[in-house]
Amino acid sequence: MKKAMKRSLILWIPLGGYLIFLIVASLGLNREQQTVIQSRMIGKPVPVIDLPEASSSHPAFSTGDMADGKPRLLNIFASWCVPCAAEAPQLLQLAQRGVRIDAVAIRDARPDVDAFLKRHGDPFQRIGLDARSALQFHLGSSGVPETFVIDGKGIIRYQHIGYIGPQDMETILQKLKDAES
Amino acid sequence: MRRLLPMALLLAMVSAMSMPAPSFAQTALPPAPYANRQLDDPALEAKATDLMHTIRCLTCQSQSIADSDASMAADMRSEIRERIARGEDPEAIRAWLIERYGDWISYKPTAEPILWPLWAAPILMLGAGGLLVRSRMKRRRGSQP
Repeated sequence: MKKAMKRSLILWIPLGGYLIFLIVASLGLNREQQTVIQSRMIGKPVPVIDLPEASSSHPAFSTGDMADGKPRLLNIFASWCVPCAAEAPQLLQLAQRGVRIDAVAIRDARPDVDAFLKRHGDPFQRIGLDARSALQFHLGSSGVPETFVIDGKGIIRYQHIGYIGPQDMETILQKLKDAES
Repeated sequence: MRRLLPMALLLAMVSAMSMPAPSFAQTALPPAPYANRQLDDPALEAKATDLMHTIRCLTCQSQSIADSDASMAADMRSEIRERIARGEDPEAIRAWLIERYGDWISYKPTAEPILWPLWAAPILMLGAGGLLVRSRMKRRRGSQP
C-alpha cells in the first residue's frame, strides 16, 4: 500500500513541472515590455565631439564647451520629430526661467531646423548638427527627443527619455538644482 | 455615357480620400556612407558583418542592426564599418557599445553569474534524466529473479 502510494505520487511530478512552466511563461508574457533604453553614461563626463552648425541663427559648439561652470540641458531633437514639437512649449518655459539649453539636431538639415524653430519657437542657446548619430552613440542615447542634465563640470547627471511634458517640468528643474551643488 | 460620369467622380473621390498620407517620422537625408555599402576588403567586411548581426537595433528592438531598416541602425552600421576599416577590433567596439547601452545591446551570450543557471540547466536536466533511467533499470533488474 505504501509502495503504491509512493508510485502514484511520483506520477504527478511531470504535471507539477508543467504547471510551474505554465506559470512562469504566463508571467513572462504579461510582463510589460521594456522599450526604454537607459544610458549608462550617467555620472560620466559628456563625450567631447565638435558639432557643425545646424541652424542659421545659432553658433555651432563642441560638447566640451558645456563644462563652463553652469548646469544646463542638452536636448536631442530633430525637425522631423513629432514629439519634439510637442515638447517645444515646455522648453520655452524652461528657457524663460533662465535655464540654459543647448541642442543637437539629429540627421537634420539647416533649412528644416530653421523652419522648425520659426514654427515652434526657439529656446536654444546653441544648436549642433549630428548628421550621423555619432553623438547619440557616444551618449548612449537611443532616440529623439531625449534631454540630458549636464552639470558645470560637464558631468551627465540625468537623462530624460521621451518628450518633456508639463508634468516633467518640476523633475527637470530639481535635477538642474541638484546639478548646481 | 451620362450615367457613368457620376460613378467615375465618386470613385475618384473615394480613392483620393483613402490614399494614406506619407509618413514624416524619419529623416529624409541620404543614409550614412557605409550604411548599405560593403567594405572593399572581404575579410574586413566579414568581421563587420559578424559584429553587426549580434548588435541589437535601438529602434526595432527585436532585430539586429544588420536586419533593421531604421535610420539609427543604418548610422550604426556605417559607424561600425568605418571603425573596422580603421583597424579596430570587433570585440572592442562591442565593449564600447555595452559601456554606453548596457549588456542589452549585445546578442552575444556571456558568462555573467546571472546566466549560470541557464548554462547549467542542460547538464542538470541530463543528470536528472540519467538518474531516472538508472533507477528504472535497477528496478527491472531486481524483478528478473
